[in-house]
Amino acid sequence: MVKGYCRLGSVLAVAALLGIAAPARAQMDLAGDWQALMHEDQLERIPGPELGEFFGVPINEAARARAELWDAAIQTLPEWQCRPHGADYITRGPSPPRIWKEVDPSSRQITAFHAEWLRSIERPFYMDGRDRPSQNAAHTWGGFATAHWVGDVLKVSTTHLKEDYVRRNGLPRSDKATLTEFLIRNGDYLTWVTITHDPVYLDAPFIRTTDHFLNRAQQVPPYPCEVVAEIDRPRGVVPHHFPGENPQLQEAAARWGVPFEATQGGPATMYPEYQETLRRLMGGSN
Amino acid sequence: MAGRQHMGRSAPGFRAGLLALACGALLAAPQVRGQEAIDIVWINGPLYLLSGAGANVTASVGYDGVLLVDSGSQAMSDTLLRAIRGLQQRLAEANRPAPLPGGAETRSSVVQNRAPAAPPKPVRYIINTSAGLDHIGGNQLIGAEEGVTFTGGNVAGNIADAGEGAAVYAHERVMQRLVTDNVPFPMLPTATYYQASNKLSHFFNGDGVRMVHMPAAHSDGDTIVQFTRSDVIVTGEIFSQTGYPRIDVARGGTINGVLDALNYILDVAIPEFRTEGGTMIVPARGRLSDSADVGYYRDMLTIIRDNMQEMIKRGMTLEQIKAARPTKAYDPRFGADSGPWTTEMFVEAVYANLTAGR
Repeated sequence: MVKGYCRLGSVLAVAALLGIAAPARAQMDLAGDWQALMHEDQLERIPGPELGEFFGVPINEAARARAELWDAAIQTLPEWQCRPHGADYITRGPSPPRIWKEVDPSSRQITAFHAEWLRSIERPFYMDGRDRPSQNAAHTWGGFATAHWVGDVLKVSTTHLKEDYVRRNGLPRSDKATLTEFLIRNGDYLTWVTITHDPVYLDAPFIRTTDHFLNRAQQVPPYPCEVVAEIDRPRGVVPHHFPGENPQLQEAAARWGVPFEATQGGPATMYPEYQETLRRLMGGSN
Repeated sequence: MAGRQHMGRSAPGFRAGLLALACGALLAAPQVRGQEAIDIVWINGPLYLLSGAGANVTASVGYDGVLLVDSGSQAMSDTLLRAIRGLQQRLAEANRPAPLPGGAETRSSVVQNRAPAAPPKPVRYIINTSAGLDHIGGNQLIGAEEGVTFTGGNVAGNIADAGEGAAVYAHERVMQRLVTDNVPFPMLPTATYYQASNKLSHFFNGDGVRMVHMPAAHSDGDTIVQFTRSDVIVTGEIFSQTGYPRIDVARGGTINGVLDALNYILDVAIPEFRTEGGTMIVPARGRLSDSADVGYYRDMLTIIRDNMQEMIKRGMTLEQIKAARPTKAYDPRFGADSGPWTTEMFVEAVYANLTAGR
């Protein structure tokens, strides 16, 4: 009997140490319908950036060259009419996300979160330890994502992304990019951190945060998309500009009253120190 | 802009924590595992993508045996064949019939359970999409020596030989190139077609198999292969995920023919949902793709072609065009300074096409 009590005491002590009575790990329930707070970076997210407005984005020369060729009319091609925003842009758009969790019925552990957006894709964040697909597997708009907890923050790692864009004015993001995200819940607020790593078009990781508010009345309905012939043009035509001859690239500089060079982005334009460069470019002394 | 955004939590500790998390993330971008010697990716139905044996190989594996689209390089033939047989064995093990239920009047399930899986069925067909040595290299070992056709083939003196060797299909231009190049007889196609398209007379592993000739793309003998039930298109050298298309000008390849072929693929491919999935597309090199990936590739090549055409129209020489770098927007993704097909070679090929006949 004494031996039995000792065993029980040992079990309780170990249980207390492991926190068995409490959740196994610090976790946060992210499930729910989240409403994007559109006043945050509203100019970029709703009307959209100006053409040629690249400041604050750590793009490289190739990305700048690609954006220079870009003509918004390319969106009318059948291949792009129903293209959704990709994994790292969708949180910036007006589409509200819904998150739900997948629970193992025997262990009761969360094995995945699923996030889906209006007018867009579903993204499973697998938490069951599964391997990533082969590097020769297909890529998708949402990519392939695994996740784990860092404290009560969910860290999501995504590969296998299709080519997409980091801004809706032609700034590209390649299919070689990977994505790291942090989902941070604070009461009814959700902060979604996205960090895009793109060895093709970015010279530095591109970090964005976007806030959401829990909306218990929100629904995310289906949103079918039909491709139509928007413009009658010969087969094979792809709208674009000729290098060095895109007049729209000047629009951002004209609207914001800054030198053209400052609108052209790059890692330096992300940092407060760039204000000194801007003053110099504009002929100011301080 | 990102630095000025409102955060859900405003405590300094929270910001410091977020910064620490972000810094950790910057140091550790998500990684994809490296691939085995032959990497196998399931596409749809009985179809698999096998990478690492030269140009991509597409295999239909099932109850009819094996059909290959392209056979890789000669040096990798043995490795590729082992990979195919390993795949067949894994599928056979996974598809073993369920054990018999026990009972007084049933047979012992031991009889069934102890039996190894049936041996892999042979390679019946190979379809070569072009004459490249990394597309036809396995024709001899995998096709002629180890393959067994359903019917016919090269009958050498005795009708009993009719069952030997897989049937190897290609457009007749491929045969002409290979003969001209003195490629050994066992590596040659056994059945050629000369029309705009050709198809197998029957389903293979449940798929209809159609070959469509693209007359002036990578070369003048390119074949696109369509699997009708699995909804898969194999493009050959017309489309690549690792570089610009290899336009073999000396063998009738043209940039406009490549674009025609890509637009044909976009015409017949149907996405499943929002330009994703649906008709799956196997490039000559690199990962499995779909119509969106082909769309991006078509856009890129059209823009490069148009811009070079405009430069030529303005009187620029080849050297001036090279200096202007008409591909620079895409070079970090598709360009190459070394290897069998460099960016410079691609620009020279497009220039040769666009100035031909002037």
